[in-house]
Amino acid sequence: MITVKEISFQYGKENPILENISFSAKAGESLAILGNNGAGKSTLLKCMNRILMPQQGRVLVDGQNIYQMPLHQVAQNLAFVEQKIPNSRLKVYDVVMLGRKPYIKWGIQKQDEEIVQAVLQQMDLQKMAVRYFDELSGGEQQKIMIARALAQQPKVLLLDEPTSSLDLRNQYEVLQLVRDIGRENQIAVVMVIHDLNLALRYCDKFLLMKDGRIYEYGSQEIITEQSIAEVYQVKVKIGILDGEKVILPCSHKI
Amino acid sequence: MTKKIADYEKYKKKSLMILIVLVLAWLGIGLFSLAAGSYNVPLTEILKAIVGKSEQANVNTIIYNLRLPRILTAMIGGTGLGIVGCVLQAILRNPLASSSTLGISQGASFGAAFAIIVLGAGVQGSAVSAVKFVNPFLISFYAFLGSIAVSFLILALSRFKKISAEGMILAGVALSAMFQGATTLLQFFANEVQLASVVFWAFGDLGRTGWREVIIMAVTVFVSGCYFMFSRWDYNALEVGEQTAISLGVNVNRVRIMNMLVCSITAAVIVSYLGIINFIGLVAPHIVRRFIGNNHVFLLPTSALMGGILLLVGDYIARMAITPVILPIGAITSFMGAPLFLYLLFKSGQRK
Repeated sequence: MITVKEISFQYGKENPILENISFSAKAGESLAILGNNGAGKSTLLKCMNRILMPQQGRVLVDGQNIYQMPLHQVAQNLAFVEQKIPNSRLKVYDVVMLGRKPYIKWGIQKQDEEIVQAVLQQMDLQKMAVRYFDELSGGEQQKIMIARALAQQPKVLLLDEPTSSLDLRNQYEVLQLVRDIGRENQIAVVMVIHDLNLALRYCDKFLLMKDGRIYEYGSQEIITEQSIAEVYQVKVKIGILDGEKVILPCSHKI
Repeated sequence: MTKKIADYEKYKKKSLMILIVLVLAWLGIGLFSLAAGSYNVPLTEILKAIVGKSEQANVNTIIYNLRLPRILTAMIGGTGLGIVGCVLQAILRNPLASSSTLGISQGASFGAAFAIIVLGAGVQGSAVSAVKFVNPFLISFYAFLGSIAVSFLILALSRFKKISAEGMILAGVALSAMFQGATTLLQFFANEVQLASVVFWAFGDLGRTGWREVIIMAVTVFVSGCYFMFSRWDYNALEVGEQTAISLGVNVNRVRIMNMLVCSITAAVIVSYLGIINFIGLVAPHIVRRFIGNNHVFLLPTSALMGGILLLVGDYIARMAITPVILPIGAITSFMGAPLFLYLLFKSGQRK
């Protein structure tokens, strides 16, 4: 369970990027952070992970304030998958082993090996364990970075646009996988995502942001033609197809 | 045991084999180099002489006082330059990082030039083949100060202005140019003898070190090597990006500053005794990277050994090419290193 309380962030003396953000996500639940470019979504994610330090507010994981923990302990609670996939010449096995970095003191223990092997098996990545990371496709790399995050055995998984560089099939596969694993391992998943239809399909809760503030926060009902028009300044139609909400863009003028 | 574990074990075994082969090569080439020289000594005598037990007194003297310090200097100095290059490339996430591209060598040059020209630690007698510095300790000391000054400037800039890894490299390039300019200015006001000794110092020479210097270098390289090996997982974490490294619990800023500090001290000690030796720190990690990738558990020790091997080979060529003249080692390593670097560059295509 992750609780974000009244977070405000700004660079220096510039205009605030985040103002008074509060929300929470339970274990096993997945939450989508939505909003226009520049709304502060990625900044929020980095504040939740202590890559950035907000001027105000707290982030609690199971009641413990992560701003008062040593860094390696934060990493044992929260795992983060960056939007940008690195160009790294490590074996896939070693990349996933990095998930054990927060636990490693002197060297790799037998337990670390076992966890890495279990994660590789769970995500069906064994066959590429000894391939170099930078020789794989974007979809495979994204999955490996998620596997690495799972090897951290976190309580919360933060994903910054996990589908941005993936083709259609991989978008579905990765999101399905994340949701299944989140539910199975009781991990709270928080992701920044641009595709509203994918978000509707794979997330339980929604945080709609506009200009650094929360516009609305709740379940599927908050995604309406009106709220999208307000946040993105575009006109859309929302229909129901096979019992699922579907968003269709109409025109960029309101 | 499943199949994938077997595959990974195989990879680990292969990397370990490469490591063992390099250790043997490092020792073997060292021993071979001991035997090579204008005075022919059989291998059995050399082994006896190393422990000071040869029956021939002059063999003891040649091996123990002349050749052994020189060979150990090459082995240890090259090892240090190799591992420092590997660490700098890891923490700055830049394949071009090494002690010579970051201005550490240029700082040392300036320090040495300052000691020779301003403080008069210059040369006695002008025959280039028999140069003797009046006060070699002073030159080394100022060379050390010069290279430490450059690294502190870079660190101070990154500390107070929060510059990125790329910024640090660029700052190093700028400072290199500045110190090179300062050295040139000093040379402009120097007399002929001073000028000759500045140039001669910068050539690089493995013969300036006695046992005391060898021990100082060995201790420095050993201690920093332990520190680097202890940080191996930090370097691996940086391989997958700076932000991901932070999210894995690595304090990236602290790692960068501490490692820069340890690297610059190590490189400064080596460079101040040996003179300017280019390309070893740059090329050694790139050679082994081709075979074992970027897993620093193996990359660190193999880069170190490869650095030692390259300097040993360079020294062998420098001594044997036109005996009895010893060619300047700095020129040899650049001459060898640059084509090697180009070869790696074109062979590996777009990859770093």
